[in-house]
This record gives sequence, C-alpha cells and structure tokens, in this order.
Amino acid sequence: MDLLPTFEWFYATPVGETIRNSVWLFPVIEAFHLIGLGVIGGAVLLVNLRLLGVGLTRQPVAQLSTEAQPWLLGALALMFASGFPLFLSEATKAYYSYAFWVKMTCLFSVLVFTFTIHRRVTQGGLAEDNPQLAKLVGLISLVLWFGVAWGGRWIGFS
Amino acid sequence: MSLLAFFGWLGETSWSVALHESQYAYSILESIHVWTLALFFGSIVMFDLRLLGWIMRDVPVGEVVSRLLPWTIAGFIVMVITGSLLFYAIPLRSYQSIFFRTKMLLLLLAGLNVWMFHTRVYPQVATWGGIPPKRARIAGGVSLALWTCIVFLGRMIAYNWFDCDRQPQSDLINFLTSCIPMESEF
Repeated sequence: MDLLPTFEWFYATPVGETIRNSVWLFPVIEAFHLIGLGVIGGAVLLVNLRLLGVGLTRQPVAQLSTEAQPWLLGALALMFASGFPLFLSEATKAYYSYAFWVKMTCLFSVLVFTFTIHRRVTQGGLAEDNPQLAKLVGLISLVLWFGVAWGGRWIGFS
Repeated sequence: MSLLAFFGWLGETSWSVALHESQYAYSILESIHVWTLALFFGSIVMFDLRLLGWIMRDVPVGEVVSRLLPWTIAGFIVMVITGSLLFYAIPLRSYQSIFFRTKMLLLLLAGLNVWMFHTRVYPQVATWGGIPPKRARIAGGVSLALWTCIVFLGRMIAYNWFDCDRQPQSDLINFLTSCIPMESEF
C-alpha cells in the first residue's frame, strides 16, 4: 500500500498550510511539544526507574504507576495535540524521513507495550514477585521511549 | 576587553569553528541536550508536583528528594556540559540572542529559588504531611513556571528573528541584544 498520496493530502490540509506560512507557529508548537517530552520523561522515569530497582524503591510499583498515569496520559495528549499539526505542516518530508518511521514504529510499540504487558506487570504485583521480569519490562519501556525521542529529534536533521 | 569582543574572539578559536562546522558533533550535542531534558526537566516536574501536593501524597517529600534528586543532579550536569559546548560553538550570536539572555536570567532565578528552598523551606521537611506548607507549594509552583519558560526559551534560541544581522529591528530589541547596527544595513 502506498501511503504517499495520503501524506500529500495531509500536507495540503489548511492547518498544515497555515503552519508552513507562519514564521512563529512551528517554533511555538514545537516548544509545547518539548515541554510534553519533559513531562512524559518524568512520568515514565518515575515508574521505570522503580522497576529497575532504583529511585523510589520503598513505594509499591502499583502505587507509583497509578500516580504517574494521569500525567503520562495528559502529556501524551499534549504531544498528540502539538505533534499532529507539526506533522501536517511537513507530512511529505516525514514520508521520506527514515527517522519519522523509526519514531512512529517505536511510538506504536511503546504505547501497545505500556497498556498491555507493562500495565499488567506494574498493576498486578508481578513486579514485586519477580524483580528480574520487572527490570526487563522497565528496560524495554525505556529503550522504546528513547527510540521515540531519538526519531523525533532526528526528523529535524533529515 | 568587552564581553562582546571576548565572545567574538572565542568564536574564532579553532575548536569553536570546528564544532560549529562539524557535520555531526553539533547535532549530537544538541540531541543529547534535548534528550537529557526528559530526565532533568521531567524529574523536576515530578518533584514540583509533589511539592504542590498534586501527586504522591503518601510519599514523604524527604524521600522523594533523597531518591530522585541524584537523578536531577546527574541530568543537570549533562545539561550544563552540553549547553556550554553548544554556546562555545556559536558564542557571539548566542550572547546577543534575546532568547539566550532571557533564558540565562531565568536560570539565575531558578537557581535562586532552589537555594532559597533548600536553605529556608526544606529544613522543616520532617513536619510536612501529604500537602506541604504554603512556602513549599510556592517554591514548587515558581520552579514549575520558571523551568517551563526556560525550556521554551531554549527552543527559541534556534530562531534568528531578532538577530543583530537582521536589521531593521526596533531600538528596544537592539538595546536588549547589545546590537549596534551598521548604517549600511538600513
């Protein structure tokens, strides 16, 4: 399936065009995207450091995960709300950027992972019963999130 | 020697030129600076939210500090090293950037906030409950606001809207960027 026509359609949307024609819209939306990155980083690290056996080790994993959840979801909402318009403004560039595809693959994987295996391990008490499993899950999550951040930064260089 | 002349000279040293003109070094430094933001800014946000009493009320603030602050400090060290090198690669333009200047000012204020918090507010931490006292909440809110603006300004340094070599600018902008535009540029 060729996605190029779809990406060209995204590129031609009024939102995409408005951002392209503005001097300051892209930078400002991008700054919000960066702030979202920071909040996601905080929420993700809080839980995953605990899974790795560092950070707030005296708290139950389930409790930390519940505490971090709304901030993770809120920051994800901010990321989509800012990232999607940025994508529209340069959709055709994104199509030809391998960094974009790395980012989207990692993003899809980490979202599925977070709301299935990661959640089961953090919420079901599995993390305390099996520290090795907890470490593995924390590591996979961090690596995938880093893949998202790597791709995101590299889109700008490609 | 004035700061302007000093940074002009610094930008002509061979390492600065090499860094500025390198194909990958500058981009990699910039990437590390951005990625470390997730650790540094992220851990600050989580701590400030705890100070505000918005998350982890069951976890004593002292424990959050002892377990998370080392990560924040590690992030800070990486931010300062990469940030300094990024400045060193383009010193004069950065020094004259209105965004860079405002960022440095806010960094100073954020540092002052940290210092005041740790010397005047934090010593009573043992008496705090789920929702810390007002002084601590103010420190948390101020920190959150300052660091958010610092991230914002950091991103804006990349844009040249108010650069000295882009004239005409208003007198106010030229004053704020210590820019003396040449006659021929008008």
